[in-house]
Amino acid sequence: MRLEGLALKYEHADNVSTDEIWPGKYTYVQMNPEEMVGHAMEGFDPDFARKAAINSILIVGKNFGIGSSREQAAECIKYAGIQAIIGQSFARIFYRNAINIGLPVIEAPRLVDSINHGDRVVIDLESGLINIGDNVFEVSPFPAFVQDLLRHGGLINMLRRNR
Amino acid sequence: MIERAFSRFASRAVKAGDIVIVEPDRVMSHDNTAFIIKKFKETGYSEVWNPEKIVIVFDHCVPARTPAHSQNHDEARRFVRDAGIRHFIDAGEGVSHQIMMERGFVLPGQLVLGADSHSTIYGALNAVGIPINRTEMAGIWATGEIWLKVPQSIRVAMSGALPAGVYAKDVFLNILKLLGGDGATYRCLEFAGPGVSGLSMSERMTLSNMAVEVGAKAGIMPFDDLTRDFLEGRTMASYEKIAASDQAEYERNIEIDLSQLQPQIACPHQVDNIRDLADVAGTPVSHGYLGSCTNGRIDDLRTAADILDGKRIAKGVRLVVYPASEEIRSVAIAEGILDRLARSGASIEASACGPCFGAVGATLGAGEVCISSSNRNFRGRMGSRDAEIYLSSPAVVAASCLTGKITDPREFMQ
Repeated sequence: MRLEGLALKYEHADNVSTDEIWPGKYTYVQMNPEEMVGHAMEGFDPDFARKAAINSILIVGKNFGIGSSREQAAECIKYAGIQAIIGQSFARIFYRNAINIGLPVIEAPRLVDSINHGDRVVIDLESGLINIGDNVFEVSPFPAFVQDLLRHGGLINMLRRNR
Repeated sequence: MIERAFSRFASRAVKAGDIVIVEPDRVMSHDNTAFIIKKFKETGYSEVWNPEKIVIVFDHCVPARTPAHSQNHDEARRFVRDAGIRHFIDAGEGVSHQIMMERGFVLPGQLVLGADSHSTIYGALNAVGIPINRTEMAGIWATGEIWLKVPQSIRVAMSGALPAGVYAKDVFLNILKLLGGDGATYRCLEFAGPGVSGLSMSERMTLSNMAVEVGAKAGIMPFDDLTRDFLEGRTMASYEKIAASDQAEYERNIEIDLSQLQPQIACPHQVDNIRDLADVAGTPVSHGYLGSCTNGRIDDLRTAADILDGKRIAKGVRLVVYPASEEIRSVAIAEGILDRLARSGASIEASACGPCFGAVGATLGAGEVCISSSNRNFRGRMGSRDAEIYLSSPAVVAASCLTGKITDPREFMQ
């Protein structure tokens, strides 16, 4: 799988909580993806959806997605058009949430410093090679079954196809 | 200990870092069940793998505040009936995690997965409790399986006994100070040492519950007589405890002398922004929250009632009390605790957990300052982005509501 887009970088975006990404008041309201985009990251950057429509590789700091297990936190980011998140580190539950809905999250502490807002980012998930502008970086690729999950667009789709 | 547990779950010898596909002993979902049903239907499976292993408890949106909440509940009730799920606990009976442990749905040595981040709490009963998400729960309903990575472990060795006015909450806030909010990400916390035996089951629950706040995947207590006594009369089923090997290796060891601890407090807006209570004493508060899966149990209510001791809470302060279950509520009524709390000016609310995440019940407005016995203080969590949340023991909540400012509870203790 090859992903390509412009970087949407938030400087010093450490410990961004799921309460900020998807406020608790919406957690038990059923919404369709379009409605969800309107509230994505509302408590962190109300202008996020507009930016994500143009820059589709999200770059964040450490421990992104700390807190509640609410899955909409990963979903709203995906629905807003983000193809992948590169961060210094991720909270465990958010990390699994994202993978399981088919949103690649790449933990690469050093890489984050090398990316500027607006850089063209090309990610090859199979090889783990990431191009930032003219520079090439390497991260450990996902295990085979995670790649399979991502190729299917998440766990639900994979279960449906393999049933 | 966690490697031994996972070896049992996977029926083969595994070590930290291995990825296993396992079948859980029990799974729990709450008001998010309607969302899980939707995802389950998308998988194309028509029947759940094992209705006996599924527990559903409503607690997050209780009482339902909006038609949308009620509709979610109704969808889940219909599904429960159609799928033949027997273990369904309807709105008002208690906080899901409390119900799971009170009613024998969690046993030592088991793998119990909850679609809620505080499912680490099951570790208090020497079980492996791991938080999962809605999609994963839908997958388990369909296939009975989930992939998990065997985590590394951090050993938290405790010695000594807690001094008066210092509680399990202070112990965990201290752990947050040592490890930080991501210090145990993807790790298992293994509580150990002679200090554990002096902790009540309620205190153990507080510690295992908050394991997720340092990023941990699980937070497991050793099995002892107290574990066995707690389960007496709650289950007929047999179980097999898990214990650490003498040769067990840990990624990191931390040691805590309980007798040396002072009251702690987590300041806005991060759980690991820990200070000594003394440093922020005197900060005005407008709101007190006593409850949640972390600290809404009988000893918490008892402590608060003893500190309030018939005195009226300060003018301009609201105190809301959410007993964590019907069982706790009944004991609190029998002991006169709820009566005492109410006479001090507290609002006694449902056995539910809505205020903690700002969706149902007392929510905070801009400029409000809350002293809370719950587990998270992220910006905007309990309502307005411009409110502030301090996390503390129930004793500090009660003392602070009495004076209208953050107060050391030892001022009100003999």
